[in-house]
Amino acid sequence: MTDNSIGIVCAQTAHFSEPLTLKSGAVLPEFDLVYETYGTLNADKSNAVLICHALSGTHHVAGKYAETDKSTGWWDNLVGPNKPLDTNKFFVIGVNNLGGCSGSSGSASINPKTKKPFGSSFPVVTVEDWVNSQARLADYLGISTLAAVIGGSLGGMQALQWTISFPERIKHALVIASAPNLTAQNMAFNEVARQAIITDPEFHGGDYYEHGVVPRRGLRIARMLGHITYLSDDAMGAKFGRKLKDDIKYSFDVEFEMESYLRYQGDKFAGEFDANTYLRMTRALDYYDPALHFDGDLSKALANVKAQFLVVSFTSDWRFSPARSREIVKALLDNELTVSYAEVTAAHGHDAFLMPDAHYHQILRTYLDNIQV
Amino acid sequence: MANNVTITNSVSKFRQDFAIIAGWVGFGSKVLDLGCGDGSLLTYLRDSLEVKGYGVEKDDVNWLACQQSKINVIQMDLEDGLSGFEDQSFDTVILSQTLQAMHHTEEIVQEMLRVGREIIVTFPNFGYWRNRLQITAGNMPVSKILPYEWYNTPNVHLCTINDFDEFCKNHKISILERSVITDGNAVNFMPNLLGSLAMYRLKASV
Repeated sequence: MTDNSIGIVCAQTAHFSEPLTLKSGAVLPEFDLVYETYGTLNADKSNAVLICHALSGTHHVAGKYAETDKSTGWWDNLVGPNKPLDTNKFFVIGVNNLGGCSGSSGSASINPKTKKPFGSSFPVVTVEDWVNSQARLADYLGISTLAAVIGGSLGGMQALQWTISFPERIKHALVIASAPNLTAQNMAFNEVARQAIITDPEFHGGDYYEHGVVPRRGLRIARMLGHITYLSDDAMGAKFGRKLKDDIKYSFDVEFEMESYLRYQGDKFAGEFDANTYLRMTRALDYYDPALHFDGDLSKALANVKAQFLVVSFTSDWRFSPARSREIVKALLDNELTVSYAEVTAAHGHDAFLMPDAHYHQILRTYLDNIQV
Repeated sequence: MANNVTITNSVSKFRQDFAIIAGWVGFGSKVLDLGCGDGSLLTYLRDSLEVKGYGVEKDDVNWLACQQSKINVIQMDLEDGLSGFEDQSFDTVILSQTLQAMHHTEEIVQEMLRVGREIIVTFPNFGYWRNRLQITAGNMPVSKILPYEWYNTPNVHLCTINDFDEFCKNHKISILERSVITDGNAVNFMPNLLGSLAMYRLKASV
């Protein structure tokens, strides 16, 4: 590992026995959140930064569990000693969201009442529910105010929601490659992904665990579709173009490099992710719309917000386009909040928010360096 | 090369223009600086007048410089207009030494008048005698305030003080105040000939 890696980390589990009422009205009588922390919480507990994950993320943000691990946490290029999110300064928290499949309570968890997996009975969770549960985790860690909440994509929605739900508990929100809600086209991709899963014969209405199967085919197709939308046309062109795997075989086997990539990504994902989680994550994306009860006026929805903002978008991101980030910026300006907005020139599409682009990282580093703890 | 030219405020060592702008901006007011460069004007206004300032800047390096100075900065291209800003939402909107580099000159001034209750526009006076002299000698002017060669200049709409006065008249813009300076000194006599930097405080005519 490099010198500025956070090194070996381990996950922890927090159990919450107070019921959590969800936006849907459903109640979770108790739940677990699995999380990791990096760096040290300072004496006045003012240096905590929460990282919210996107659709397929986990609490494992940085470092490795063992030297022999092939891969690091999903945002390891951002988090560590002397990295843009510097763990010498900040106490960084990664958490797996409710409904997830990496250790926090979700469909695959055992329902204590029935001693069987929740399956389809695990409730549909929303961004607001996640933020509420994350606030419970902050309480559990003795943190009353977060120095910052950071997230990309669906994670950015959580950062934004933190400023709405808990205006007194968050100083800074870093909302990256995100949107104040999804467009019809964006939700349409989610619906196709869900249909792929739900119509898989091995889905069994979401209770596939008890049948000893998983809807691999559906999840695989859902992920392949997702990957197309996370990349720009140019990025796919640069990465694969029309490159052939081998000589043309006039068949429906893998002919092009691009197909090989999509199948590999789909297979890998279907082997490690839970289909019920995928359904719930995409639904949380669809439902998120803080302006809904304010006549569609995001500025009104942010009227009580106090946090300072950094909003970042990427020029080639067509799934969460810069125009959507500018909507957030406008609403913040309308409320005379402290906000900076960067539109990063990047070729990678939506995936750019996870890339270690030098300018992008300098933006985050500069902003985070200015935060007083 | 021309695409990489960064527009910066060229009078860097003596900022008489900052002082004049500060005299036109209210204490604690809300200010939008378009093409704010490295944020030095907004830093000055924040430190001297406690303004609530926002900058608009297109360039990555300048954006970071603003951020380092803790200036709120919105990265966007002024040529696209100010659709992200509400009508009359700022006390003052400033366009400092950037007008001459704008392609959509009329549009940006109209947008400024929409967003700001007052606006401040400053530009290098092309009628300044040193510019005229260089033209008479047969060359495009190159000077401290117009530091570019003809082939790499970002400046596409240079004008004189007379031209801009006429522009205001034709566009129903009231000139509240005008200052003309050369090397930091006020020019009151024959400003269109002797002034190098023109500064206007404007508002829409009712």
